[in-house]
Formats: sequence, structure tokens, C-alpha cells
Amino acid sequence: MTDATATAAPATSDPSRTQRRNAAEKRFQLYGKLAVGIGVLALIMLLGSILSRGLPAFNQTFIKADITLDAAALDPNGNRDPEDIRKVLTFAYKPLINDSLTGLAEQLAAGPVPEATPDLIAGMISDAATATLRDYVIRNPGQIGETVEFEFLANARIDQYLKGNVDRESAAADSRVDPIQLDIADALQESGAMEKRFNLDFIIGPDASENRPEAAGIGVALMGSAYMMLIVLCLALPIGVAASIYLEEFAPKNWITDIIEVNISNLAAVPSIVFGILGLAIFINYMHLPNSAPIVGGLVLTLMTLPTIIISTRASLKSVPPSIKEAAIGVGASKMQAIFHHVLPLAAPGILTGTIIGLAQALGETAPLLLIGMVAFVRDHPGSLPDGLFEPATGLPVQVYNFTQRADPAFVERASGAIIVLLAFLVIMNAIAIFLRQRLERKW
Amino acid sequence: MTMVQEHRPETKTASAAVRPPVRENAKPPKLTARNVDVFYGEKQAIHDVSIDIPRNQVTSFIGPSGCGKSTFLRCINRMNDTIPICKVTGNIEVEGTDIYDPKIDVVELRARVGMVFQKPNPFPKSIFENVAYGPKIHGLTKNKTELSEIVESSLRRAGLWNEVKDRLNEPGTGLSGGQQQRLCIARAIATRPEVVLMDEPCSALDPIATAIVEELIDELRNKYTIIIVTHSMQQAARVSQRTAFFHLGNLIEEGATEDIFSNPKEQQTENYITGKIG
Repeated sequence: MTDATATAAPATSDPSRTQRRNAAEKRFQLYGKLAVGIGVLALIMLLGSILSRGLPAFNQTFIKADITLDAAALDPNGNRDPEDIRKVLTFAYKPLINDSLTGLAEQLAAGPVPEATPDLIAGMISDAATATLRDYVIRNPGQIGETVEFEFLANARIDQYLKGNVDRESAAADSRVDPIQLDIADALQESGAMEKRFNLDFIIGPDASENRPEAAGIGVALMGSAYMMLIVLCLALPIGVAASIYLEEFAPKNWITDIIEVNISNLAAVPSIVFGILGLAIFINYMHLPNSAPIVGGLVLTLMTLPTIIISTRASLKSVPPSIKEAAIGVGASKMQAIFHHVLPLAAPGILTGTIIGLAQALGETAPLLLIGMVAFVRDHPGSLPDGLFEPATGLPVQVYNFTQRADPAFVERASGAIIVLLAFLVIMNAIAIFLRQRLERKW
Repeated sequence: MTMVQEHRPETKTASAAVRPPVRENAKPPKLTARNVDVFYGEKQAIHDVSIDIPRNQVTSFIGPSGCGKSTFLRCINRMNDTIPICKVTGNIEVEGTDIYDPKIDVVELRARVGMVFQKPNPFPKSIFENVAYGPKIHGLTKNKTELSEIVESSLRRAGLWNEVKDRLNEPGTGLSGGQQQRLCIARAIATRPEVVLMDEPCSALDPIATAIVEELIDELRNKYTIIIVTHSMQQAARVSQRTAFFHLGNLIEEGATEDIFSNPKEQQTENYITGKIG
């Protein structure tokens, strides 16, 4: 050793060696920057494409029209009896809209669009309009016989034309839209009878069928997801924390607890669809809980989230310095007092982070929900708590999946729009977690 | 292994050395241990230790690292119970009560036998909360006034009151190392223990803080029986009236501090205090 140092110069003074080391260090930093860059770029591309496709879904085209509520058609008996009015189906409302548009059609025919007919204009209005009209009449029977100004959703094609996704060329090849209707749309937009504005119904309204993409909303899915998250939070957090505290602090270290520990780690890696099969077998087939209900979805997602919460809770319990627990035991606190007074408060931020990660994972989970029937087409919102937990609903990711499966191109923006809402949901959950973390985190 | 000489201020050495040892046969011992064996799983950490700890004196346990002095100390308030593989046999009595009796409430025992740890470990709470925690969980006080009185008297006894009286609501972890350790001492004496165990209380402190804590230990002796584990022989000489030397899990020698240091009976003790082993 001494011989070597005596004959050779000290390694640090070798310039080429230093250069190589410095170069290697620079190179490594460059790799790191590249990796971060790729990540950021991917995120920007992802968010950019989702936002550019999805944001238009929050705006919808509406057409204003004066509708004469013909008493002869809507109330044949003339007694304004709500029961009788209810018997008039939406079919009877269709001619009503056509008739009311005659004036508008003549006006347009005389002016900018000579080819305009009432039928063409009526075709620009969503199929959902008759139902809207009927609901209004049932709620306000007193208005029958009068002329009322309505705002109807425009047909998806017209809406897409205003958003720039449909042009005259594609319209000519499309059986569901006539190029003349696009001229009418231009004219109506000019006169102010047609406008594009924010559509709250997309967020709170129920899904609609294939024929009426303009009326489709994600309200049922939003409520279903919210209910499921509530169940997951209420079940997974207490069960997970209790299990972690017991395993970490009280359980004897023997082969049984070893097996439990290994299996908890394994469970965290089990594909989520397996949990779906489990839910189908146990909660629906054996316990006979209703199909498609948030309660089943919530229970399945709870099972899926538990390992995540247990693992992160145990990690944060472990990270609390043992000296704190020793100090508490040293002044005569029982083990439980030491844990609940000192260890748990210090571990709380970590537990919270784990819980939010688990919840976020559960929120985005689609596969298990497909198996328990939450992929169904649900028109009615689930009721308020707690009964609503047992009524059919869907979940946001399932709704996205649903939208992407539909043929009509108007659903593309709605799928992206639903993803934006899903992401917003996540951001809100994370914001709450950060807020709570900061409240809980010790300032010292 | 070589002994690392620690440099502590020698301010009190002279007075400690000349202080007449209090004869323990004047009163019955505070604490007796008979034939104590401690096992960590298969390994035996303490071999057949028997010792009497006299009341209102400072007894120091010295010995090289891993000699079992901390292990034995932690048997006295059953802190070893928290280690699952640790098994203690033999008999330890505090004031004639067998502390390993199954009927003994270990929580109550730890209120009677307080402990100060090697590293200052205040709770991440306010200074007030740190001291008040013990009295609170043991229900020692009826109302807030009494609690404040206990906190004040404990902090006064720990010599910390004047330094912290204006900032009782500030975090205990914001104090300096020496202050933190005195806070831990205040916390330990707030439950009105009879015995205070100190596990190398000054090893994480600088010499000035050490001197303050040592002075404090000397004052506390009037009210409490103190057992201190230390690596520093100078510290043992300065603060304790009695010293016990441990080596490889055996209690080699035990006696009045000045006898141990000036006139050890065993060869191993002499080797250790003269720095030949350690």
C-alpha cells in the first residue's frame, strides 16, 4: 500500500481521471434532465389532447324558438287535468314544433336561405326537444294555448358544425344532416336565435341514447363515483388504519402474521378485475345486493384499496421515531396511549397520503365495475343517501368507456369531457388531502 | 476495543471526590435486585446480577459498550417489556414490591420509576404539554391550576423554568439539546417518581450542557433515588455516590464511588478505569 502511493502520483491529481469523473457526472445530470423532460412532455401532450378535445363538450348549441302550445293537441278534453295531459305522449309534440317553426321558415325562405322549410329547421333541433316540451307542459298546464319561447338543444351535427367538426362536404355525405341546414344554422346564428353556451346538463344530467349525443350527460356517473368514494373512505380508512396499527404495534411476530403480511403485499398487486369477480360472487350472487349499485362498487373498491392503505399506513407508522413512543411509555403511558397520543398524530400525514392514493386508484378503476354491472345504461339519478347507495348508477371511468364505444362522433368530445371531470375530481381530492396534511403536519 | 477518553469540564470532580459516601445501611435500600438474568432470544445479556440501590443517592452504572448496563437499567422500569424477544428472570423489588409480579400494573410502575433517555426525546408538542402529559394520563391533578403548578415545579426542579417560562406554548423540540434533555428530566419528575433512571443522559450534549445537567442530577438526589448509566468515568466520579461496574453482562464490582475509582477490588475494574480495556 505504502509502496504504491510512494511510486504513483495521488489519484486525484491525475487530470484525465478528474475530467472523466466530471464528464460522467455531467452526463448523469443530462440523463436526469432528459428523463424529466420526457415526462413533462408526455404530460403536456396528454393534457393538451384531452383538454382540446374535451373542453368543447362543456359548451352546447341551443336554438331559441317560439312554440305555440296548441290546446287542441295537448289537452283534448279541455279540462287541464294533469292526468289527461300526461296521457299525451311525446309523439303529439313533434307536429307542434314543426307547426310553430312555419313562421321562422317563411322568414328565412324570404331572406338568406330560400330552401328553408319547417321540417328542415325542426330537424336541427335535438330529438330530446319533444320530451323537454312535454315536461314543461306537465309542470305548467296553465300555459297551454299560449306561445312560449323555448331554448332547445341543437342536434349534434349542428352543434358539431358550430364547433368546426362538420363542414358542407361531410354534411353532403351524411344522412343525418342536410347542407341546407348548415345555411340555416349560419342565418340563425346571425339573428341570435342560435348560440353556443355553457351547458351544465353535461355535468349533472343523465346519459342519453346513441341518437341524442347532444343530450348525454355524466351526472349519474358522477353521483355513482361520489357515492363509491364515500363508501371506500368510510370503510377502507378505519379498517386499514386499525389493521395497520394492530399489525405494526401489537401483533406478535410469528408465522401467522408473516403470512398475513406477505399476503397483504400480494393483494396490492392483484389485478383489479379479480376483485370484480370476487364482488360478483360474494356481494351479488351470495349476499344478493342489487346489481349496478354503488354499494357493491364501493365494497369491491374498498377491498381493492385496503392493501394500499395498509401498506402506506404501516410505512408511516414505522417512520415515526421509536424514541417518541419510548418517551411516552417511559412516563407511564400504556402502549395504546403512546400510539394514539403520539405515534398516530405524527403518522397522520403519511396515512392521509396513502389514503388519497388509494382513493384515486379506486376512482379511476373500471374493470371491477364492469363485472358488477355498473356499465349499464342508467337514465335516472340514484336517490339521496342512504337509499341511493342501493339504486343503479355508473361510475365516471365506466362512463368514459361507454362514450368511447358509441358510434356517433359527437361522443368523442363527451368522452374527453368526462375525463376532464374525472381529473377535476382527482385534483379536488388531492387538494383536500394537501389541505388536511398541512393542518395535521407538525410545525416542529 | 479502545476506550475513548471523554473530555468533560472538571469543575465538580474535586467536590464529588471528597463528598463522604452515605452509608446505605442507615436505611433499607430503595431497590434490590437478586439473581437477575436477561435473555434476548437465545443470547444471555445479563448474568446473575444482584445489587442494592440506596435511596436518595446517585448510583452510576459504568462499563464498556454492550456490557449490559443499559439493559439492566431498563429492567428496573420494565422498559424491556416492549422488546418481544426479551426475557427477564430473577427478582427486582422497589420498596419491597416485586415489580415483575404479574399483579403489578406496569403503567403505575413507570410512573414510580421515571426514565430519561440517551437522546433528548421531547414530544413534538408544546413545552407545557411535554411536562403535563405524565400527570394528565395518570390523573394526578384535578384541575388546570394544579396541572400548571406541577408543570412549574417540575420545570423549576429541572432548572429550566426561568429559560422557558415565557414560551411554554412553544414546541419542546425548538429548545437546544441541553434544554431538551432538562425538559425530558422535568417530564420524568412530573409524575412524582421515587426513582429516576437515566440512560447516558449527557452523551448527546456538549460539555456546558453536560455540566448543567450534572449539577441538576446532584440537586435531584435530595428528592429522588437516581440511577445513571454513563460511558464517562469522569461523569460517574463527579455525580455519583455509588458506582457499579458491568462487563460482558456481569456485575463485576459495586461500591462507593471513591472506593471503586481509587481502590478497585477486581482486576477487571482496575483495567477499565485505568483505560487498559474498554
